[in-house]
Amino acid sequence: MLDFIQQLVSGIALGCVYGLIALGFVLIYKATEVVNFAQGDLMMLGGFFVFTFIGLIGLDYWLGFLFAVCGMAVFGMATERILIRPILGYPQFSIVMATIGLGYFLRSLAGMIWGTDDLKIETPFSSGVLKLGDLVIAHDKLSVIVATVILCIVLYAFFNYTRMGTAMRATSENMLAAYYMGIPVKRVVSLIWAISAAVAATAGVLLAPITFIHSNVGLALGLKAFPAAVLGGFGSIPGALIGGLIIGVIETLAGFYLPQGWKDVAPYVVLLIVLLVRPHGLFGPSMRKKV
Amino acid sequence: MRFVFKTDYNQDIKLLKHGGYWWSYGALLAVMIAAPYLIGSYLQSQIVFVFIYAIVGVALIILTGFTGQASLGHAAFLAIGAYTAGFMQSKGIPFIVYFPAAAIITGAVGAMVGFPALRLSGIYLVIATIAFAFIVEEILARWESVTHGNEGMRVRTLDLLGQPMPRDSDAFYFLCLLVLVGSILLALNLLRTPTGRAFIAIRDSETAGKSMGIDLAGYKVKSFAISAALTGMAGVLFAHKMSFISPEMFTLLLSIEFIMVIIIGGAFGVHGAVLGAIFIVMVDPFLTALKDDVPVLGASLASSLGMSPEASGKLRETMSSIGSAAGLKGAIYGLIIMMFILFEPYGLYGRWLKVKLFFQLFPLYKKATFKRQKTYVKSERNR
Repeated sequence: MLDFIQQLVSGIALGCVYGLIALGFVLIYKATEVVNFAQGDLMMLGGFFVFTFIGLIGLDYWLGFLFAVCGMAVFGMATERILIRPILGYPQFSIVMATIGLGYFLRSLAGMIWGTDDLKIETPFSSGVLKLGDLVIAHDKLSVIVATVILCIVLYAFFNYTRMGTAMRATSENMLAAYYMGIPVKRVVSLIWAISAAVAATAGVLLAPITFIHSNVGLALGLKAFPAAVLGGFGSIPGALIGGLIIGVIETLAGFYLPQGWKDVAPYVVLLIVLLVRPHGLFGPSMRKKV
Repeated sequence: MRFVFKTDYNQDIKLLKHGGYWWSYGALLAVMIAAPYLIGSYLQSQIVFVFIYAIVGVALIILTGFTGQASLGHAAFLAIGAYTAGFMQSKGIPFIVYFPAAAIITGAVGAMVGFPALRLSGIYLVIATIAFAFIVEEILARWESVTHGNEGMRVRTLDLLGQPMPRDSDAFYFLCLLVLVGSILLALNLLRTPTGRAFIAIRDSETAGKSMGIDLAGYKVKSFAISAALTGMAGVLFAHKMSFISPEMFTLLLSIEFIMVIIIGGAFGVHGAVLGAIFIVMVDPFLTALKDDVPVLGASLASSLGMSPEASGKLRETMSSIGSAAGLKGAIYGLIIMMFILFEPYGLYGRWLKVKLFFQLFPLYKKATFKRQKTYVKSERNR
């Protein structure tokens, strides 16, 4: 039984990792209905940024964290300005492909600049564990869980209770109508890319002690976080967290109880089944088609 | 400029619109048939890869270009075709049987993937096909009695009715050419049938198509099945060309490469598949050239322009270090995708049409002819 609970807890920690990345997907989708396949790579880039600030320049951890997040926010804004804005409004699949291209590009570029070795940084969470009875949770995992939950709550409140959040939801509903209502659509889109890149950077920094910093880490985690976002229903912030938790727990339990090989496939099998039953994910809005 | 005056429907749907087509496509076919006798073996082998990629490109154009259903799982269909060929061949089944069998099996799997597609659209469909591709990849790695798992599998020389066709032979080249021409004709003829028109109607508006009495479910499944079957055939040829297959050859990156074929070529016409395949396959030789020839060339150019020998030597080193940097291929792929989507959304074939129209209309060409209609984003959730 203790085994099961320990597995469950580590599954939840892993799920929060996926949820944190999935949050970035969901934010951009929620505000602009663009799916950003490069989200994992933005996360990876965030990790490299923090490595540069802390490992190379030698800043304090929290200062480096702040700089990395701000730097990525600027980077996200620039990406939106250069790559996304010219093609906003064209078929969704071409935007998806453009972000896949962006991911490819960033991956190779990071590999060229920072090399292909696993990099590490010293963080306050690197060592130390929290003991609850017989349960053991490492501090680095705990930090991810806490950060994910906090970010989810903050962003949920932002979307539902602030003027800007409402403007973002209006933009996603109908860009032209939002523009007529006086919403600065371009600024809204820029801002959401900045926020999403900042969330990705946060994920990258918090994951640095767990997964190390490597140019391919974004692709691997992004491909797991993506089902998490879909499972929760793209466009639902609590959905991203819950989808991430489901994927993480399933993956860990499948790795523990099922024969080898199921670990990587089980999340996708579950995803396919859920999509068959609920085509818009668990928490996605199931609206009828209007003509 | 030639103007074809159409007087009946059959003339409208003719494959060869006028006499000029006979000449141009006849000449192209003649060149392709003569090519093995004129070019070196390396280039011939590259052209075989172009053929195989182009077959997959045609398959994707039927699915994405005509029916409007996105798929990032075509590497899995290719894998199923390749492994069917490898397995059946090892059991002593002749090519003439396992080639169609691979197409039928892959087509059946494609139809199975098509069923979820009935309810899914847009991004949900993309992720479902990715999930499918992952599952297939994992099955290939685990089902060791058939696929030999991660060790991979040897594929013996193709044997057509007792006639061996080694992978570098002219005979294999002609076989691939034949399959490519066949699949292109299939795609073109499909467009002339009610089925093809139904595909296009589904792409343009599902709701409108449905209200015109088009059976959405049936046609979507058909589109997936046809596309998968063609990819399966390409998979058989791929297996024989590589002569060794293993699960890690059929990853998501290969699926992305296939999508790049139609993005670069242009997804709205079959020409695009061939042009895109040429482009994608030639990226590799181009990179090799970038690594080997360009630095030497640049350095000699620089020294002929009066640069000192040390400086030009340094230039050559810098250039070759850029050329051989790890991951350069990925960066170039990424740049190519982004550039094409931003600046040449209709792909190479679209560029060809623009150039052609420019000369046809000579002083009267308007840039706006090919301008994309920009629509304001409306929520897909309500569509």
